[in-house]
Amino acid sequence: MEITEKMVAKTATKLSADEIQKGKVLSVKWTPKLKYAWDNGPAIGRYLAELKNGKIIAKKCDKCHRIMIPPRMFCELCWVPTGEWIYVQDTGIVNTWVVSYVDWKATRLDIEGGVRPLTPAVIEIDGASKGMGILHHLNDVDPWKIYRGMKVKAVWKPPEERTGAITDIKYFKPIK
Amino acid sequence: MRKVAIVGAGLTKFYRNVQETPKELAFEATKMALDSCEMKLSDIDCVVHGTAPDAFDGVHMKGEYLSDGSGGYRKPYMRHFVGGGTGCFSPIHGWFHVASGMFDTCIVVAEEKMSSAYPHPAGAFLTIFDHTTEQPLYPTLIWIFAIEMNRFMTTYGYKKEDIARVAVKNKKNAMDHPSAQLGAEITVKDVLDSEIMAWPVNRLDISPTSDGAACIILAAEHVARRVTEKPIWIDGVGWALDSAYWTTRDLYYPDYVEVAARQAYKMAGIKEPSKEIHIAEPYDPFTYKELHHIEGLGLCKKGGSVQMLLDGVTQRTGNLPCCPSGGALGVGNPIAATGIMKVIEIFSQLRGEAGKRQVPGKPTCGLAQAWGDLMQVGTVVVMRS
Ligand SMILES: [Zn+2]
Repeated sequence: MEITEKMVAKTATKLSADEIQKGKVLSVKWTPKLKYAWDNGPAIGRYLAELKNGKIIAKKCDKCHRIMIPPRMFCELCWVPTGEWIYVQDTGIVNTWVVSYVDWKATRLDIEGGVRPLTPAVIEIDGASKGMGILHHLNDVDPWKIYRGMKVKAVWKPPEERTGAITDIKYFKPIK
Repeated sequence: MRKVAIVGAGLTKFYRNVQETPKELAFEATKMALDSCEMKLSDIDCVVHGTAPDAFDGVHMKGEYLSDGSGGYRKPYMRHFVGGGTGCFSPIHGWFHVASGMFDTCIVVAEEKMSSAYPHPAGAFLTIFDHTTEQPLYPTLIWIFAIEMNRFMTTYGYKKEDIARVAVKNKKNAMDHPSAQLGAEITVKDVLDSEIMAWPVNRLDISPTSDGAACIILAAEHVARRVTEKPIWIDGVGWALDSAYWTTRDLYYPDYVEVAARQAYKMAGIKEPSKEIHIAEPYDPFTYKELHHIEGLGLCKKGGSVQMLLDGVTQRTGNLPCCPSGGALGVGNPIAATGIMKVIEIFSQLRGEAGKRQVPGKPTCGLAQAWGDLMQVGTVVVMRS
């Protein structure tokens, strides 16, 4: 007998989602309630503080001369501490993007009901080194008219609503 | 370093929602692998276990939790985890143990039960993103893969209808695989008409949520020759990790896969991979990933993978069959177990025992590859008969 005949899958019992949800097979459910307070560190701490001021700040590596965003205390390529802080623009270009019909839990959005698809993108920030992007959402644009290289600008929350978070930028929108 | 062979293999069926617990799945695959080469647990010196995030199961110390099912009782035992790349790191981890001379035999098992996290395991992935700069934007893994697919497409002008052919090929191949969850005869139109998840990714561009386990038995040369007439040798291994700053890399090309592949090729003495590799199982959790990885593995020139697909080169009957098993898209994708499923496919093909899936031309050299984390890890295993 060939070895592959002996190793052919035998068991693993298929259940339907229904059998589990309606309790036809027993299962135990648990929803973890965990809480964390994540320290931001000096680099991201400053980045967030500047976002609260309505500015985007980067940090430069003196060895490879990359102006890096998000800012970091060490250059992961050169493996040396980074140098000066540099303000960059709140404009940039779309590097790549998505037109999403699902949310973070893979739950479908009610697109037929008029909900706008989510359009997260990697946005290369002007003033940072080429290719240096951040993840953020696009809005005020037809999801199907976004293109690679599209010029965009940050839409900020009003100063009194900012908390020092990446969400102090509501989204990026196209500009001429 | 000593030569290391794969001498036995076992695989459960892959389903979404299996009744068996993770330990029971691991036991099933491990027992089957030992039986396949007529070995006993007492013949085994050590055990390595691959399994992806603890958050899938909600069980911390998942390695320890699984160990009883994997034959780890009172043996040197170690769990490894490199995201979706885990399954092809598993044989590498086992290879260390045997090649070093420390052990003569090793069980290499991988198990994944993704369906315990509900309503969808995608939710468990939120915490792989940076907690300060990304999590507040509520990203999901599907987005970042769609983001990568789009960059890949816009760089080369690839079309969705061409990339969709990967799903058509792999799901058809899976119809001949006894473990397969999603074997089917579908058309390019079916893929394009399936619901949009996150454009450019549609439902049929994605592998399913799966439960399953897979196992191989490794042995040093003197044991392997005694156990089987057809040992399959692990001749090259490579693995590499790119930066977690994924938004500051150009996603059109998987450099980390190239680094891993070059390491494995150097070790195996391979100079022209597109000629010397006869059969491949690149990781295909999404349609475009098979093509992305074929390019990173150097199995074609950069930007050449779609033409290769359209020319039929990667079909089972082509010059370089890719995912003859049916891949993650067709057989299913219980993360870590998928990588070993791919290694088992190459093992079976090189032995000439892949049955209905057997590729023509008596291949003697193949590779399996996996990928994961924040689109940053590549793991490669080169095997020869
Ligand atoms: Zn540097």
